Amino acid sequence: MSVEARERRQPWILLSPALTAVGLLLFVPLLFIVVYSFWLRTASGADQVGFYLDNWNEALTDPFYRDILLSTLRIAAITTFACALMGYPAAYFIARSRGNKALLLLLLMLPFWISYIIRTMSWINILGVSGVINWVLLNLGIVSEPVQMLYNEPTVILGLVHFLLPFMVLNVYVALEGIDVSLEDAACSLGSTRWQAFREVTLPLSLPGLAAGGLLCFVLSAGTYITPLVLGGPTDAMFANLVFEAIITQLNWPLGSALSLMLLAVLGTLVLIYNHYLGMGQLMKGLG
Amino acid sequence: MGWSLIRAYTMLVYLFMFLPVAVVVLLSFNASQFGSFPMTGFSFRWFVELAQNEAILRAFRTSILLGALTAVISTTLGVLASLALVRYNVPGRNMISTLLIAPILVPEVVLAVALLLFLNFLSINKSFFLLLMGHVIFTLPFVILVVQARLVGIRRDYEEAARSLGASPSQTFLQITLPLLAPAVFAGMLFAFTISFDDITGTLFWKPGGVETVPTQIFAMLRNSISPEINALGTVMIFLTVGLPLLGLAIARRMAMQRGG
Repeated sequence: MSVEARERRQPWILLSPALTAVGLLLFVPLLFIVVYSFWLRTASGADQVGFYLDNWNEALTDPFYRDILLSTLRIAAITTFACALMGYPAAYFIARSRGNKALLLLLLMLPFWISYIIRTMSWINILGVSGVINWVLLNLGIVSEPVQMLYNEPTVILGLVHFLLPFMVLNVYVALEGIDVSLEDAACSLGSTRWQAFREVTLPLSLPGLAAGGLLCFVLSAGTYITPLVLGGPTDAMFANLVFEAIITQLNWPLGSALSLMLLAVLGTLVLIYNHYLGMGQLMKGLG
Repeated sequence: MGWSLIRAYTMLVYLFMFLPVAVVVLLSFNASQFGSFPMTGFSFRWFVELAQNEAILRAFRTSILLGALTAVISTTLGVLASLALVRYNVPGRNMISTLLIAPILVPEVVLAVALLLFLNFLSINKSFFLLLMGHVIFTLPFVILVVQARLVGIRRDYEEAARSLGASPSQTFLQITLPLLAPAVFAGMLFAFTISFDDITGTLFWKPGGVETVPTQIFAMLRNSISPEINALGTVMIFLTVGLPLLGLAIARRMAMQRGG
């Protein structure tokens, strides 16, 4: 074999293990559940191979699934909005700070490394019947009995914001760091106020970072089922909880496949729209 | 004035991020037999009970083994793929990158379901192997992103210089490429280990009955009430998952400095 041919083959040899893994462990399984979603789980518990529309019919027309899908999207939207509202100013402060930027950023990234389940359950210590807030309220005599603050939709959103905020801050920070500070100065020297300069120069330039952070927050919160189980009440199930129920509890795998694919279709569409307008580059910058 | 407002706001955001975690650490030293306020004294009793809890120790062993194997496999695949993407002019580079990143673009629940059902179809039931495959596939994109970011900074000139000075290809790889790669490999392994160690979303789908990792063990314990033991376990986890990366960062910086000096 010639040297050039070997040189051409080399990258493919290096890539083949990873591509095989992604193919066999992600793409083939995804195709498989597409097929599987048309099978039928019979009363005896066996799978009836064939082409049945029953699962899709149930998943798409039952108002129970539709309502939970809509409330999942609403929770994800509120979470994303809250993350943007809290994360943008923080990222702006870090990016424009004259102090130790690396330390500030590291501090905010620390919770990233702290276990998701620990961070979620830590809110029980704050909001629970015997948590910090109730302890303070009782001791100040403001309430005579502990207030039940946990296990509702707001606490689910609170837990999600706490989990996802670092994703937002990091993405906005990366975008802000890429903007030349002198642009704002130039706008000011041309007669705009600081606020105008921010609104008309910095903010538009940082929107790709905000969008990347927003996409991550939205997709990750819409796909969660742990947070509602820990911080939500019995009626706060999100769409991924339905998938978990169908697969693990009811063992109705064909229906679970259809529900998973529904979630994938909704969130996948969002990713595709994002990719069409902004490309994956910004997202990768923030993640890397 | 605007600036001090932003600073105050940012401090509140930091407080929001750290307060709940700080309370976990504080309560884990509480002498009271309830996992809540008031603090009745300072005590290590919950850590002692933790160290004697067979179920938790088993979960730790499972998590560490799983994390270590995931880190080795995922980093091997990731470093090879990153080398190809950074060092060679591969046709369709963007397409391949997107394919390799795909596992993080698919919601983890969907990935978990697809992998579970497909491998079950192939008669591979819920097992440690399934758990390992699952962890490898969703840590791989993160490893590739981190390793690629490091690789871009390594110039090819050093290897070419070594070759032109008479080193054989294997000598060049062992003495030049590998040491230069070491920080990237190290960062990739650390990242994969931490993500695997922390995962619960996919793990609950894939784990066989009776096998628990640390996060699923905590999750199971939460079903009862929040005991001081969970807070103690949380504290241990916080020190492990924050301490390890910080240690890694320090080592990486040390390695970089030694090379520079």
